[in-house]
Parts: sequence; C-alpha cells; structure tokens
Amino acid sequence: MTTVETAAGATKTMVLNMGPQHPSTHGVLRVLLELDGETVVSAIPDLGYLHTGIEKSCEDKTYSQAITLTDRMDYLNPLGNNLVYCLAVEKLLGLEIPKRAQYVRVMMVELQRISSHLVWLGTHAIDMGAMSVFLYCFREREEILKIFELFAGQRMMTSYIRIGGLALEPPAGWRAVVDRLLKMMPSRIDEYESLLTGNRIWMGRLKGVGYISPEDAVALSMTGPTLRAAGIPYDNRKVFPYSSYDEFEFDVPTRTESDCFARYLVRVLEMRESLKIVRQAMNKITEDGPFKAEAPGIIPPAREKMKTEMEALIYHFKIFTEGFSPAPGEVFVTVESPRGELGCFVASDGSPKPLRVHFRSPSYINLQALPKLTTGQLISDVVACIGTIDIVLGDVDR
Amino acid sequence: MTENTSQNANVVVEHLRAWNPNAIEEVMEFRGETTIVLPRKILRGVAERCREDAALRFDLLTDATCVDRYPHEPRYELNYHLVSIPRKDKIRLKVRLSGADPVVDTLCPVWPGANWLEREIFDLMGIRFTGHPDLRRVLLPDDFEGHPLRKDYPVEGYRDVPMVPGFRKSSV
Repeated sequence: MTTVETAAGATKTMVLNMGPQHPSTHGVLRVLLELDGETVVSAIPDLGYLHTGIEKSCEDKTYSQAITLTDRMDYLNPLGNNLVYCLAVEKLLGLEIPKRAQYVRVMMVELQRISSHLVWLGTHAIDMGAMSVFLYCFREREEILKIFELFAGQRMMTSYIRIGGLALEPPAGWRAVVDRLLKMMPSRIDEYESLLTGNRIWMGRLKGVGYISPEDAVALSMTGPTLRAAGIPYDNRKVFPYSSYDEFEFDVPTRTESDCFARYLVRVLEMRESLKIVRQAMNKITEDGPFKAEAPGIIPPAREKMKTEMEALIYHFKIFTEGFSPAPGEVFVTVESPRGELGCFVASDGSPKPLRVHFRSPSYINLQALPKLTTGQLISDVVACIGTIDIVLGDVDR
Repeated sequence: MTENTSQNANVVVEHLRAWNPNAIEEVMEFRGETTIVLPRKILRGVAERCREDAALRFDLLTDATCVDRYPHEPRYELNYHLVSIPRKDKIRLKVRLSGADPVVDTLCPVWPGANWLEREIFDLMGIRFTGHPDLRRVLLPDDFEGHPLRKDYPVEGYRDVPMVPGFRKSSV
C-alpha cells in the first residue's frame, strides 16, 4: 500500500491493490484503485493471471480436437463455448445440422444459461452479504449439472456439442429429469426473489450503483444483460438467430435504470425466459432422428458402420489421424452467452488445422467498462460493479 | 476462396463507394459474410463514416482480431467486426499490413471499446496502433518478450528450450 501525490499536489490519494486474491473479484482479477478517502478516483484493471494461450493452442490442433479447449475458457458456460466454436466450423464447412440436434443444443445452452446465472446470483449475494442465497442457488445448479452428466457423462467440461451435431444420442429417460427441473425451478426462482428483490439491504447496495448510460455502454462494446439493463434490447438470439432460435417464443427482458439492481432483475427474468425455451425445445425434440449430420470425411461414421463397412472404416481412420480440411476462408459467428455476445472467428488456409481461432469473449470486453462504472463510487460499490458485470476470469484471459 | 461481388454489392459498399471511390480495395463474400478490404491510410475515415452515416449506423464494434499469414506478404490481416444494432446488420472491415511495418491508426476515438481489443492485438500479435491512449500489454506480463500469436513463435514458447543462437524447437 503506498500513497501518491496527485498531479496538482494539493490533495493526497491512496493507491490500493484490490485482488488478485480478493474473493469478490471472482477469480484472479487485480484492480488498482486510486482512492480519495473511500471514494474511487480511478480504477485500473490488471488481468492476464489466467492467460493460457487457448487461441494459440487451437492453431496446433485439428478442428475437432480444439473443442475440448473451448470448454475451459468460460468455465460457467462450457456448452455455449462448444456451440459457438462448432457453429463457426460448421459455417466454414457449409454443413447443415439436423433439426433434432439443433433443438438439443438449444435446450442444453439454455440450461447452461440458468446454471450460470445461478452461480452469478449466489456469488453476488455472498459479495453483498447474503449468505443463504448462495446455498439455495448451488442446490439448483447441482440439479442442472446432473442433467449434463446424464447427457454427456461430464458435469462441467462436457464437450457435448461437436462439429456436425452432438457427441451422443440423448439418454433414455431424459425427459422425466428435465421435466422435474422445469416444474421445480419457477418456485425456486420465486424463493430467491422473495429473499432479495424487496430486501432493503439488497436494494440499498444495488440501486443507483454502477450507472452507465446506454450510449456509453454501446460505445464501450458492452453486450449481454449489462447492455439490456441499459434499455437496449440487443440479444443475438433475436437479432441474428442461430441454431433455430427463430422458431422459439421468448421475450428479451430489458430495464432502463442501468444500475446494478436493473442488471440483477434482467438476469432473474432471463432465467424465467430460459425455462420457457427449454420447455419448447423439449417438445420439439423427437424421439427418433439423427443427432449429427451426414458428411463423409468430416463427421465420424456410426460405430456399427465403422465395424462393418470398409469405406466407413477408412473415413474413421482419416478423421482421427489427420482430420478434415475446410475450404480456405474466414467466418465470424456470434451467440448469446450468459455474459453477452460470445463470438468465434475461425480462419482456414485449407489445411486440417485452423490458421487462426479467435474468441470474442464477453467478459473481457465488458470488463473494459469497469473504470467508467466505478469512478466516483465507494469501495464497497466496486464489489457490486465487478459482480454485476458478471465476469469469468477464464473467459477474460483465455 | 472468394469471389468479387461488386456487381450486386450491398448497401454499405454502395455508400462507401459513393463517399470515396478509392475507399474500397476489394469486396469479398464468403458464406454470407461480407468483407470490405480497405487501404491502411483511410481505415479511420471509413470507420468514422460507418459509425456516423445515418444510413449505416454501425454503432457497435463487436470484435477486432488479427490473422498472421506468415510467410505470405502482406503478412497481417486486421479484421474489425461491426454491428449495427438499429439496422440489424453486420460487416467486416479488413486491412492488410506488411510484416516490416505493422502500424495502423487506432480506432479508439471512433469506438472507445476498441481500446482493449487493440491492446490485445498489440500484446499477442505485435501490431502497433498510432494514437492509442494506452498501448500496453494486457494479457501477458509487461516483461514478456515477443508476440506469441505470430506464426513464427513456437507453440511451446522459448522458456524451456536452450537459448542457443540458431536453435529453435520446431512447433509440431
């Protein structure tokens, strides 16, 4: 901790290191705060503690191998990362995905959105001093993770969405499990709201804190619930639909206050909308039908085929040894992750490995607005601001 | 890879051509995405036009990224992905930079959100943005040497490799 003199030299401000081990920074974010008493004069985020060079590693893998790396970026939204990467590669290849697989994808990423918002709500409530909400949120998140385990065999790093479709056929009896969750969740969300929405401490800590004008939010490239809380209904699922989102009926919740409380309300409403989408997707998914596209040389053939047909065996061998080579070109695909616009840029030079993979991670770009949100606020409000931007440091640093 | 579709060019291309006949080097169309290749000198002017023009209104700079086409020259390709929220439209602006002189004007005055996007490109690719308010490394430590996303930087890095002149572990 040091004290520094400002340029004018008249008043003294203090520079305080917040993080990288501070629990409210949700990982390893360090913020350099210049303080005048308890008021923030300036805030400089310092990041990169979790940088693992995923984009560089992707260039060294075949297109299929890189999927497992995407899981590990935004670890609260692995399925969404799988989805955006697979959509980009599929666009590069010009692949058409069976409707059944698209609906399963929609259902899975919406469940993932609910689980991500639950983690956000729980941890943010802890940051604000409400311990019990955390336990309730994680209780419901556990149910969603069990569904992922049922589908993919993995709770978190599922790699369930693959190029051309899905890794596995939806398991027997999945409808009953998802149905149980859908019946349970509305009352559970009511429970969180009864604990928080009208709570005077909660309102006192969040209302009017961390305001950003809609113009500034767009200029700083903010997206997701943070932008929608500023009154701009920009949601990729509606504006640039992917994966058959145009066939689903749902609303895009917005608020106009653009403070931390508005962001909280938007996220809670989004959970309710996601439940609607999951219900619709469940009804659209047929019992039978393909769960991946037919594309010899790109999509691995079915196991029985591989064991009985010579041609299928050759394709199987070629796919897993050298991979496939899309035509040269570059694509940029965006999806709506729980945190905002998640983009994936893939460039191909016609070889089996990508020339360049770049992820537009919403956490990284939304974090850019932190100095704008916190300047002039109190230290305790910095915690609220970091919380309601909803950053995941794995996604920030990649 | 791409075909020239200047005959049925879209509204953005028309507007930019009407504004400055030399603004566009090439228009590429791939899988439904339009890419406009610009000369480096006028990138800033075109960006301002894209944001301010009432018929274009690209108010959101969603992403900026760089591709290294080493050993081809011009080596670097900067891609700016713009979104118009009111018009529900997307476009990609592309600028090609040579390996000897990877310098381009910053877009921070046009979209303040370009700040960290350009810092990331500077950090990982070593492109310099003139006029950038805060061009420091962002993801890597300040004392890091080199720009790891360049194609001539090995995937394993240099750290565990004997630093003998001329020795370079090949990136598998």
